[in-house]
Parts: sequence; C-alpha cells; structure tokens
Amino acid sequence: MKKILGILSLLVFVFVATSILSDVFLDSYNLENLLRRTALFGIISIGVAFVIITGGIDLSIGSVVCLVGCALPWMLTEQGFSVPVALAAIVGFSLAVGFIHGILITKVKLQPFVVTLCGLLLYRGITRGFTGDQSQGFGTDYKGLRELATGEVPIFGFDLPMPCIFLLVVAVLAGIFLNKTIYGRYLLALGNNEEAARFSGINVDRMVILAYVICALCSGLGGLLFVLDVNSAQPVDFGNFYELYAIAAAVLGGCSLRGGVGTIIGVVIGTALMQVLRNMIVLVDWIPTHIEYAIIGAVILAGVVADELLKKAVARRQASQS
Amino acid sequence: MSESPSENPALLEVRGIGKTFPGVRALGGVNLSLEKSQVLSLIGENGAGKSTLMKILAGVQPPDEGEILLDGKPVEIESTRDALDLGISLIHQELNLATNLSVGANVFLGREPLRGGFIDESKIKQESARFLEMVGLDVHPDTLVGNLTIGRQQMVEIAKALSVNSRILIMDEPTSSLSQAETENLFIVIKDLRDRGVSVIYISHRLGEVKELSDHVTVLRDGENAGELGREEVNHEAMVRLMVGRDLSEYYERKDRPKGDLALKVNKLRTPVHPKHELSFSVASGEIVAVAGLVGAGRTEMLETLFGVTPALEGTIEVSGSEITIDSPISAIEAGIALAPEDRKQQGLVIDMTVRENLSLAALKRDQKQAGFLDISKEQEISDEMIKAMRVKTPNEDQVIRFLSGGNQQKVVLGKWLAMKPKVLLLDEPTRGIDVGAKSEIYTLMEELAESGVAILYVSSEMEEVLGMADRALVMHEGRITGELSRDELSEESVMRLATGAPGDDQAA
Repeated sequence: MKKILGILSLLVFVFVATSILSDVFLDSYNLENLLRRTALFGIISIGVAFVIITGGIDLSIGSVVCLVGCALPWMLTEQGFSVPVALAAIVGFSLAVGFIHGILITKVKLQPFVVTLCGLLLYRGITRGFTGDQSQGFGTDYKGLRELATGEVPIFGFDLPMPCIFLLVVAVLAGIFLNKTIYGRYLLALGNNEEAARFSGINVDRMVILAYVICALCSGLGGLLFVLDVNSAQPVDFGNFYELYAIAAAVLGGCSLRGGVGTIIGVVIGTALMQVLRNMIVLVDWIPTHIEYAIIGAVILAGVVADELLKKAVARRQASQS
Repeated sequence: MSESPSENPALLEVRGIGKTFPGVRALGGVNLSLEKSQVLSLIGENGAGKSTLMKILAGVQPPDEGEILLDGKPVEIESTRDALDLGISLIHQELNLATNLSVGANVFLGREPLRGGFIDESKIKQESARFLEMVGLDVHPDTLVGNLTIGRQQMVEIAKALSVNSRILIMDEPTSSLSQAETENLFIVIKDLRDRGVSVIYISHRLGEVKELSDHVTVLRDGENAGELGREEVNHEAMVRLMVGRDLSEYYERKDRPKGDLALKVNKLRTPVHPKHELSFSVASGEIVAVAGLVGAGRTEMLETLFGVTPALEGTIEVSGSEITIDSPISAIEAGIALAPEDRKQQGLVIDMTVRENLSLAALKRDQKQAGFLDISKEQEISDEMIKAMRVKTPNEDQVIRFLSGGNQQKVVLGKWLAMKPKVLLLDEPTRGIDVGAKSEIYTLMEELAESGVAILYVSSEMEEVLGMADRALVMHEGRITGELSRDELSEESVMRLATGAPGDDQAA
C-alpha cells in the first residue's frame, strides 16, 4: 500500500511539473492522447506483471504486438478473412504462444529469459517474412473496427478513449483474479517460493503456464488495439521495445523481478508514470527528445534504488523492535 | 612490548559476545577461551548459538556486543578477509568449494600466485601438493573437486585453510556427511594438526566424537554459556545435562497411547535416490515412529518419496488399507499424507507471506468457492483456529512469517497440515533450529496429534529426540532400513549400532 502511495505521489509530482513546464500538456487533445497511450501500454504491462509475479520474464511482448499488429490488416486486406475469423486467429495465436512458452519453461525447464528472447526474434522474423517486410494497414476501410481503439465514450462530459474501457475491464478482471481467487494466491505463493508451493500441493507448472498464457493474451489484445489506433504497422519496428516499457512499468509499479510481489493498481500507475514522463520529454522544449531512454532509465533506476533502501530500513526497524 | 598482557594469554578469548536476529536472541553474552594446540569442542542443542558464534569469529556476521582477543589483544573481525588475516578459518557444514575447479585452484582461490600477470599454474600445483600431503590427501592438484567424495572435499577445505597459515580452524559439524572411515581419517588429521600447533574449535552433535577428540568442552544453551568440561570431566551424561539443562523425563512428556488401525503401510518401496534397496514398514494411527540414522542415510529421501516429491520407482503405499498411487504432493495430500520438510524456510513456508496465508495455503483448493474464488471467511476460520490450536506466538495473523522465531514457524507448518486433517503426518527434523522451550512445545503438539489418531513418522538426527519421543524406531543406513526397535529396545547403543551399519542381529542385505 505504501508502495502504491509512493509511486502515485511521484506520478502526481511529474504530472504537476509537466503542466507547469509545458503550456500544451493540459490541452484536452494531449490529455486524451496520453490516456489512450496509458491504456494501451497498461494492458500489456498487466500481462507481463503476471509473469513477473511468478519470478519469470517475457521479452517477446513487443514481437507479439508486432505479429498481431501486422497480421490483422494483412489477414483482412490481403487475405480477405472476415473480421471474426481474423480475431479468432489472433486469439488462437496468442493462446498458443503463451502455452508454448509455459511448456518450454516448466516441462523442458528452459529459462524464461532464453525462451522469450527466442520468441522476440522468432515472431518479428516471421512477421517480416509473411508480410514481405511491407507495411500493413487498413487504409480507409474498417472504420467501425478501428473505433475499438480510436473511438471515445462520453463520460461526465469528458470523452474517454475506448482503450481506457479495455484497460478498465482487463485491470478489474486481473485484480479479481490475483486477489480474490485461489489461483492468484497460488501465483503469489509460487513466485515467492516455488518449492514451498509445490510442497503445499499446488500444481506449480500449470500455474506458471497460465501466467504466460495471460501475458500473451494481453500482448495480443495490445497488438490489436495498437494497430487499430495507428492504422498501419511496419513489420521492422512495430512494437519495438514495448516489452521493456511493459516490464519497466510493472517494476515501477511495485512488481519485484524476484517474484511473489505485485499489484494491478500499482502496474497501472507505473504505466501512467512512464507515459507522462515520455509526454513530458516530448513537450518540454529544453529537454532534448532523443535522450528519452536515458531519462526513463534514470527514473526507473532511482525508483528501484529508493524502494530497496526503504525496504532495508523497514527490515532494520522490524528487527530492532523484536 | 609496551603493555605486558597477563602472563600467558589464551590464543583466543571471547568475552560477552551478543547477537540478536529478528525474533530471536541468538547469543547473550557468551565467553569462550581457546589455547594453542588445543581441540575445543563447542556443543549445544540446535539453536543454542554455536553456529552464530562461529560465524562471528569467522567474520561472516558482526557481533552486536562483546569483544574478541587474540593473543591477549582486542581485534575487530569485520569480514572473512579479516578473519583469514588473523589466522582464523571456518570450515562450513556445507563445504564452500567451487566444484567445477581443480583441487589446486580451490586451495588458492582468491589468492592465486601470479607470474607476469597470469596465474602461475605450476606454483599452484607444487604448493597445493604440499598442503594436500599435510592432510593425507592422495589426489593430484589437477583433479576436479566435484569428482571427489565429500570426505576428500573436506580435506581440500582443510588444506586450503592450512595454506593461509591458519592458527585456528573452526569446524562446523564436519562429520555430518562422512562415512565411518572418512571420520576416522579426519580425526587423525585433526590430532596431527594439533600436534603441529594448530588449534581447533570443533562443533558437533555427536558426543562420542566430542569425547574422543576434545581437550576441553564448552557447552552453550539458549545462546548462553551452560558450562565447561575439562578433559577428564568429558562424559556423555555430563554433556547432556549441561546441554539440556534439565532431566530428559521432564523434557519429553511421553504418554501411553492406544495403537489404532494401520494408517500407513509401505511395501517394497524403491526410491530414486537409493534404487537398490527396498523399504517396507507400517505405522498405525496414533503411533509415533522415529526414523533414525546418520545424515545421508536416505531418510529425507524416503519421506519425499512418500509425499510424492520424488515418486517411487516401485512398491506399494497403502493409506488406511487402500492402495494409492503417489506421483506428486497433490496426490499425497489427497490421500491424507502431509509433510513438514526439513528445510522449513525453503520448502515448508512461503517466508514472505503472512501467517494466515501460510496456514491456509494447502487448504485453499479444498475450501474454494465456485470458479476458484477464495473463501475468505473459511480462510479466516482456519487461521484463527490453527493459531490457537498450535499456540503460535504472533502479534497478529497478518505478520509476515519471516519475522517469527523458528519454533513458531514450525508451528505454522504443523497448523497448515492439521487444517487438512491428515491421516499420516511426516516430519523431517521437526525441531531443527528451534530453541529449547519451543522444542518441548512441538513435542507436546506431536503427542496431541497422535492422541487424536494421526500416524506420525518423524526423522530425527538427535538421539535424545529419538529416545524420548518414539513409540518405535526405524533405523536407516545408506538407503536401507537396518532394523526396527521397539520402545523397550531403544537405546543410544542399539540405535547407533544400526545407524552405522554395524552387523546387527538381523544381518540384512
């Protein structure tokens, strides 16, 4: 809880600072865009949070986003698939990716880093293969479908971007799953101590596979919305580095890469913080845009260092009390 | 010499050392004195503070209070480096060798002799051969450490300690995984080192060894000095009295319980670790059966096979008369078997979760509501009930397990399984690392569980625990059950004879 408050106050601080430093930051167009980006990245960040909670990692997210993002327009415009068939194919692909990652990690006992690193290379390479490395887009068609990402829902006089609704649904479902079901508890337990979970009669392998499936499904949904939002995707760089944004948001939001720790609300706030930061770098004149990575890297590093120091201080106090 | 120390100061003098960990005061003002060319044994029950004291001397942990004098001069030992520079080497229970490197490389690890900026391999070979000879180890310095037996690896550790001119060797349970022959060899080496002027602090649970080796014995109890014994005073009774601090009869409250129906019947079980030997035995409900034997006798492996962690290769397991297949902890739990593992923090508990979450972990599946939702009220009920039944001392149920003492952690493990109402409870070293007071509480809980009809099978390396608690004991040696002792037949001698594989009355296999 304290962690969430900490990251939330950091978000507020950056938000206020940016609104002072930039006179366009608070424009409704900018805010709407910021919300939309936060929602899109929030979905994939929630996905990777489940994997991180098990003590694993998923580096393939950006490439899954790329494959889905390119495959959707490719199937619809070039292959003439109907919308339901194309969507079913995307769901099927995402499920399969997560399942295969999970099987390789639990049954073949490969390291998550290696499995998903290979995924990162594979899915992007495959995408560049079947698209002939050509940009894929909807052109002026599929306006209705694109509403899923570009549309807006009026709420209290404010036009809420559609992706926010998706994020809300995903976050609520994820929160319920993680906190209110035995499976969520199992994930937290096994992420903390896999052996103890196994010794308590938990089917550890099945739960880990499930986490990778959830992650891949979120990546698939994210890829779908990302491409609907921007209308076209380049196989060579669509979704590039998105796994790192997602992992960074989850870590900022309080997930420990050692596993066993994490909250959905924290991940959403972490994502928002990342996006506000990126927005700030673009909008504030005297910050050179091309040092974006350096700034984000520094902020994340500062965040985790502060967290670690705080944790040590708390542990010391606990120790001296007893 | 500006100030003259008192005539003939001890080589090592420890004064009033104290150390506190979260939830437990490990040491409270301990004193110890070691002379040159002396073998000093440090004994005490698990949790008495022996290992903590040794870690402080070796610079692994700093003390909270007290002082350490070497040759009469106060010294600060802030790191293992400091300790080595002062001539103090600690040889751990678990050896600290790089098994992927050669013997020579291990002896000189961290202080490799250089020549032109590169490692001087030939010097390593020459020099290490000299130290290997001192410990009577007949291996080539190029041999990979991983290819040596544990006993020989230990000799490499000792050679390593000698190579840094250690004056004080601290050995923590050095014989716990050695064979009889290896143990005898170690003793010869220790005595030889003593004659060369090296002092040894020897930590062991095995009182026979202590008696054979020691020039002096220091006994710790609950983190404090419990007494000292000179060479002539060292005998079994004196040591046990000082260690336990009370009569054994007071320590174990054994009651006679009626034996119920057969709860667990194991027939010709083969475990993956010792596939050559068949295990057959049974335990009745309400019965408390000990599994005695030396470390490495295959006791833990047997429990893990019964609990499905390492499924059996062959053989049958019956619970309450019906045969069951156990291929995972899940199927073992469904059959009514529970295991409180030896490594409590790694296997028994999720150490960063709360008391409540740990108590309910095994029961969540059984108590779930529709679609896998947690039954919060049921979880609460289990938590409240078990904290009370197990007398867990915790500020509240939301306390993180890490901050409880070892005894209370173990009670949570027991509570977790009791919530599952098991028919068979397997306990692996149930009181390891638990202080004396909490120990007797664990014994009382075991008695209560047996009285309520649970069949209890427990592994213990502590003789007092085997002799004090068991209705019956199985004794294992190198993967097989070498004998079974009834309550009347139980004695230290009968257990040790079977545990060391000495040919007994029933000369099996």
